[in-house]
Parts: sequence; C-alpha cells; structure tokens
Amino acid sequence: MGKHERNIAVSRRNLLKGAGAGALVVTIGGAVGLDFVKATGTALAQGAKPPLHPEQLDSYLAVGADGKVSVFFGKMDMGHGLHTAVAQMVGDELDVAFKDVTVFMGDTRSSVNQGGASGSTGLQLGGIQMRMAAAEARRVLLAAAATKLGVPAADLVVSDGVVSAKADAAKKVSYKELIGGKYFNHKLNWNKEWGNTLKAVGEAKPKSHTDYKLIGKSFAREDIAPKVFSTEKHIQDHKVAGMVHGRMIRPQIVGSVPVKVDEASIKDIPGAQVVFKPPGFLGVVANTEWGAIKAAEKLKVVWSEVPKPFPNYTDLHDHIRKAPVVSKKTEKENGEIAKAFEGAAKVVTAEYEWPFQSHASMAPATAVVEIKGTKATLWTGGQKPHFARDGVAAILGLKQEDVDGIWLIGPGCYGRNDAGDCAQDCAVLAQSVGKPVRLQYSRADGIQWDPKGPASVIRARAAIDASNNVVGFEFIAKGFSRLEVSSNESKTHDCLAGHFLGHPLKPTQAFNIPANSYAFPNMTLGWEVIAPFVERGSPLRGAHLRDPNGPELQFAGESFIDEVALAIGMDPIEFRLKTAKAPRDLAVIKAAMEKSGWKPRVGPNKDQSGDILKGRGFAYAQRNGSRVAIVAEVEVNRKTGRVWGRKFTVAHDCGQIIAPTDLKQCIEGNIVQGLSRATLEEVKFDQNNVTSVDWNTYPIIDIMDMPESIESVLLDYPDQPPSGAGEPSIRPVAGAVANAVFDATGVRIRRAPFTPERVRQALSSA
Amino acid sequence: MATKQFKLNVNGKDQTVNADEEMPLLYALRNDLGMSNPKFGCGLAQCGACTVHIDGAAVRSCQLPLSSVSGKITTLEGLGTPEKPHPLQTAYIKEQVPQCGQCINGWMMTAAELLAKNKNPTDAQIKDALTGIKCRCATHMGIMRAVKTAAAMMK
Repeated sequence: MGKHERNIAVSRRNLLKGAGAGALVVTIGGAVGLDFVKATGTALAQGAKPPLHPEQLDSYLAVGADGKVSVFFGKMDMGHGLHTAVAQMVGDELDVAFKDVTVFMGDTRSSVNQGGASGSTGLQLGGIQMRMAAAEARRVLLAAAATKLGVPAADLVVSDGVVSAKADAAKKVSYKELIGGKYFNHKLNWNKEWGNTLKAVGEAKPKSHTDYKLIGKSFAREDIAPKVFSTEKHIQDHKVAGMVHGRMIRPQIVGSVPVKVDEASIKDIPGAQVVFKPPGFLGVVANTEWGAIKAAEKLKVVWSEVPKPFPNYTDLHDHIRKAPVVSKKTEKENGEIAKAFEGAAKVVTAEYEWPFQSHASMAPATAVVEIKGTKATLWTGGQKPHFARDGVAAILGLKQEDVDGIWLIGPGCYGRNDAGDCAQDCAVLAQSVGKPVRLQYSRADGIQWDPKGPASVIRARAAIDASNNVVGFEFIAKGFSRLEVSSNESKTHDCLAGHFLGHPLKPTQAFNIPANSYAFPNMTLGWEVIAPFVERGSPLRGAHLRDPNGPELQFAGESFIDEVALAIGMDPIEFRLKTAKAPRDLAVIKAAMEKSGWKPRVGPNKDQSGDILKGRGFAYAQRNGSRVAIVAEVEVNRKTGRVWGRKFTVAHDCGQIIAPTDLKQCIEGNIVQGLSRATLEEVKFDQNNVTSVDWNTYPIIDIMDMPESIESVLLDYPDQPPSGAGEPSIRPVAGAVANAVFDATGVRIRRAPFTPERVRQALSSA
Repeated sequence: MATKQFKLNVNGKDQTVNADEEMPLLYALRNDLGMSNPKFGCGLAQCGACTVHIDGAAVRSCQLPLSSVSGKITTLEGLGTPEKPHPLQTAYIKEQVPQCGQCINGWMMTAAELLAKNKNPTDAQIKDALTGIKCRCATHMGIMRAVKTAAAMMK
C-alpha cells in the first residue's frame, strides 16, 4: 500500500472495514477509500458529510477511525515522488509519523481541483495548500484537546498524533480519540479560485521550520516497488464490462477532411464500426485492440483536397522571421534603448533558432470512458484528471458533477501532451457507439499529433560603450504561441475532438522572456507571436511542453550573455556575477562555479588536440522563485559532429528542500531530458504533415549519450517556502551545452538542436 | 481476419490463445492472457517497453506475430515477484529508479538477459546491451546505477 493509494481493491477493503464498524455514514474507516468517499458523498443530501468543496477542511484531509491520516491531494505525481513530499509536509504540520500519512491523488471523487501536475507547482502551491490545511486541522484538534483536558492549547504538545500537557504527560488525548472517523465540518477561507491558485486557509499559521522533523529527510517512495513489479493497475490495463477498443484516423494532409468513408472495407473485423462526425472527426471501434488497429489501417477513406498547409521544413525559421506579428508584449523595459544604441562604441547582435518539439511521452495516451445515462466516468493517464473530467463533461454535454475523472498511472506527460486529446476523443467514441470505449492512441498520435512546444527565432542585441560597459540590451523572442491550445484540456476547443467537430476555436497568444536578474541601464525584453500555419486540427498547435518556452529562451539568453562577455573580454561567469543582481541568483552561480572547479578564462578553450574537442559552458535561470546554475562539460567530435554532454554540475535552489533524494533524481531527469532536447529533438514536417511520427523519426537521447556524471549542489533555504523543482533545472541545459560547444570549438551554434549533422556543417563552414 | 489457435508457454504455464495469426504476441499476452507487465510503448519495436524473454533472449513482443512464436516465454512477472524479486528489481527499488515507470519493463528484461550471461559487465557492455531502449523521463543515470548494483548483488 503506497503513499498514493487510490485503487478500487483498497477502497473495497476499507469500505468493508467501515461497514463492519457499523457506522458507515459518519465513520471514516481506516485509510479512506475512494469508493467510500464517493459513497459518503452521496450521503450529502442527508447532511451527513460536508460537500467536497474547497472551503471544507474535510476536502483536504481526514483522521480515520484508526488514527491514521488520509490526505486528498488535487494535484498529481508524474514520477518525482510528489506524494511522498506532501506526506512529509502534512505529517510535520500535524505531528503525525510519516508512515501514518497516506496521500490520495488524481481522483475527482476525493479531491478538489488543485490544478493537477502543472508548472512545477506541486509543492510550491499544492503542497503549501496541504500544509495550510494541516496547520488548521492541528489548531482545531488542539482546541478540542484543550477543552477535553482542561489545559490551555498553548500548554499542549503533540507527538505522533497524541496531544498531551507540557506540564503533565499523563494528561493526554489522541487525534484518534478526538476525531477519528468523524468529519471536521470546519470551514476555511477560500479565495474562490480553482486549479493551481486555489487557496483555502484557516486561522492557523504553519509551524516554524525549526520544528520540522520530516521535511528535509529522504523517505523511500512507495510507488517504486509497484512499478518495478508491475503490480499496480496501469491506465493501459483498465477494462470495464462490455468495453470496445477505439482507434483514431487523422488526415494524411493537414486540413483535409473525409468526404467518403467506406464502412464495408472493415466489415470482416469483429465488431468494427466507423464513427464519422463531420467535418473531421473520424475513428473506429472494434471488439479487440488488434481489431481496432487493423480496422484503422484497412478503412478506405476519400479525403478532401486542400492546399498544402506547411512550407518546406528548411523554410521554418525564415517563415517565422517574415510572418506578421499578431500579438506582442514588452515584458521589461527601462531606460532609452534607442539612445543607447545610437551612442554605442560596439554593437553585438545575434539570432537564435529553436524547433518545434514533441512531448513524445513514453507511450501514446490511453483513456477509457463509460457513459451510463446522464453520468459518465473517465479513466485517464493524464496529468490533470480534474480538467480532463471537465472537458469530457463538456464534449458529452453532461454536467461536470455527473462525470468522474479517475487517474491511473500512465506514461509521464511533461505538459499538455496527447492525454487530454485522448480523453475527449474516447468520450465521443463511447457516446457514438453506446458502449464503454478504451482508446489507446497509436505511436504517431503521441509524436506526430500531440500538441507541440512552439518553434521560434529569438533576436538579441547589446550596445557596448568605449569603456566596455553594456549600456543597452534588447531581446525579442518571435515565434508561434505556446497557448494555441490551453495548458489544460477542460474545453473542447483545446482538444483535437473539438477541432475536428468544428467547435469555435479560442487560441491565446503568449510567449515569454528569459528569467534572470541581469540589469542593464537601458533594456527592452519582449516577445512577438505569429499566427499558426493551420488554425484547426494542426499537429503543430503550440502548447505547454515541460518548462514552456524556458529551454529556448534560456538557450538564446544565456548564449547571448556569453557572446557579450566575449565582446567585452570577460569570463562568462565573472560577467554574470557582475550583471545578475538577486542574491540567491549569485549564490547558485557561485556554487556551480566552485563545485565545477571553474577557472576564469576569456574566449574558447585553446588547449585542444585530436578529434575530440573539450569545452565547458555555463548557464543559469530563475523559475518562479527557484534558481538553477549549470556548468556543462562537453566533448565535440569534430569529425562526426557528435556533441556529448559528459559532465554536469548543477547548483539548485528551490527554497525549502522537502525530499533531497527525490530532488536529486528529479534534477538528473531534467538534465538528461534537457540534453536530449538540446542535441537531438526537432519535430520535422513536409508540406503536407508532420513527418516525425515515431522514435526513428523523432530520436531522443540514448543510453550511449547519457552523461558520465551529474553532480548536484542543493542549496537549502529552510526558512523559505518550497518553490518547485519539476522544471527549473531543464531550463538552462541547452544554454549551458551551447556555450560549452563554443568553448570546445570556437564556433557559435545558434540553431538547436545541435545534431551531429548541424555541428559538422557549422565546423566545416567556420 | 483469419483466427487460429496458438499454444503459448508463458512463465512455465501452457496457455491457448485464439487470434489472428498476424497479431503480435504483445496483444495476446496483455489482452487474451490478461498480463499487465509487458507494456505497450510504440507497437513498432522501437522502444523496448513490450520486451519479454523467449528461451532467455530479450524479444520485443509488439512486432512478433503469434504465428512465428516458438519457445518458452518469460515476462517480468516470471523474472521476479515482490516475494521473490530478481536482483534487478531489488536494485531498482534500492536506487529508486523509475519516474513514470512506463519503460522499465524493457530496461529490466533486457538487462536481465545481459546479467544472465555476464555477471561482471563493464559500463560499455551495459550500454551496448541497453542501447535503443527508450526512457522519456530520462532516468538513465539511475538505470546505470541499478544495473551495476544488481550485477554486484549477483556476484
């Protein structure tokens, strides 16, 4: 049984326990099971249980009849052990042992919508909410204990869930005795927001960090063994009675729609049925998974003729340069930039290019949808089950409260991947055929057709005066919006089903600027967004991909800082130490510098011999309060062009560290995925469609290319709130690698990814 | 689709499956025999998530038609269980390797074949054996640590 219990077997066991106790309506038996939560939820009409609502303390935690604590978390762990960290935070706040806290997550029946996995806010926002709820629960319990023991609350202490008088340890009462199996029925002040920013607090303040005992320690993750033995139910394993299997059919040429669908072409496949909903929604179902695969292959479809939707791939960045700007924003501005450039002794300019990238989750998405009358259930492997539930309700025309969203473990998402599309596609299939449907996407659905991290051209220039001071700095990112579809799947227009069914679209135009504390006397930082090639049903629709806009902006921003440092004859890190202003930024920069043994030097590494050129590069970034500095040490094979990220030294500040071992593992994953994105990953297309459809056409990092070592320096600020680690350390990787490639070769590569072919060409034309 | 009867020996047990002869082994294991441990990753034999052993050799089951399956099939469940774990499974838990866990069947089944033949592999030999398997969460550092830990346990 894990920290993240949720499956039905567990629930039934607990339900029986509760029934055995004979007080089902008001008793929470043992660790609370999800079926139990649901069953008691229906007792709401009798006033027996407070509603699952943000302003109820009972929506966040419960003390069971056995005294153990259940936590109902409206966010998700996607593999970093978030539930372990939340258990530490709640356990510490309540003074309950780690082993006695169980975190439930990913189920709309047991938790309120705290936003799912999103923006590295698992602890920063979600964990803090659970901490505040736990603090208030402790306050309420202490008040009850004070009354019961006749001792003022201020004179009480709590240890392992037992409240006792400081002066007389014999005067004691346990949480179990105070509230075990009962509801708090206590209201919190809710800020009326849903998702990441949901906040509901009571009167209690959290403890001083000096009183924490669990926070800062490493506990083993209890989700590991079930994954290693494959004993936990996975989204791909979920079955419901009477279920059929689905498969989607996408146009070969983006924008074309079916004009003739020949259902007879699949009539020999048992249970095969076409679901065609004009203008463009096309799928099949069959009795078996293999049958659905064959039906999708064999179905004869005549498609409409449309103009070619895309330019040649090689023209992508020229298109971005020339395309009209549809939305723009100056995010930071000080001084007079034009004047600074007029008076400059020297001007440095550069342009950096970043490709479209795919979430390319380890498996394409799977969803199961079962509709019963006006109610439905969605099972999803996606990272935002609450929002996915909302989206399924919307596309089915059902009330939100009549649809349940249940997460089962599935492939990691890394943002708005194909899981959201799959949920709604599955719902439409299930409604159309009148049976429960399991839809497991094809590999191409998850690489060719997932929402994409957008491509961009980023231009920068710096004005330098006669004394080598940087007096002007301008940085403009121009690209496709990162929100052509939303970061969540709660609306039909943000999913392929809505696109192909012809629902009105509502894209948002957004890009970002690099996150750092560099200060220049005259500075303009902004972005420009261009229109998509195809507005509806495009496999290149821009969306959030792990650290939205972060890797490309920091690639450009940190490459350019190196170019400026070189122009004024300074070591790259020394220039940053002079230019960055935030003290905690300076701390990570210095920590990475020291740990890596960085010796200041101006210009590329001249100490080279043979075909393997060695270089080092630095980059740093802020991200929503976290800061990461990286020294990358790379080897570039000048014959083959292969860039190997040999060693990474990472200084990481995410405020208060909750779970150090999980944090280190999380950083390693960020660095290696960042290296993959920097050196290999680009979504290619021809004039008809995306041509990156599988692992051969969308290569990611192989074990042959993994770093030799990753050393993390964890800077802990125990008196500060935790500020998130899921994404910050992927942000500076491409920048650090780019700077290291320059150090090794003396050639500045301003186009990512740094593939062998691209590097070889750059070296030969240098 | 022409359905035929196939006899499979999976984890020491004889099983019968009626299916289209073109259907790959993975779908028989997952759907007909209800096994959850080989995972679907790509259906193209490009990622390794569906790996099983056939007579001790790691094979990607998602592209292997039932009509060409012969030999004794072992899945992850046959490799080790919570009660009797394979050293690789113990090492994966000790090193806390997986993030999402979607890929690890492929890594463990492939590494198990290597460690059955070579109890003391070098880093280069481990990489040679595991090249081509995908991990999108990029837990490669942990994977290397775990394979080495398992090798040390098997000495």
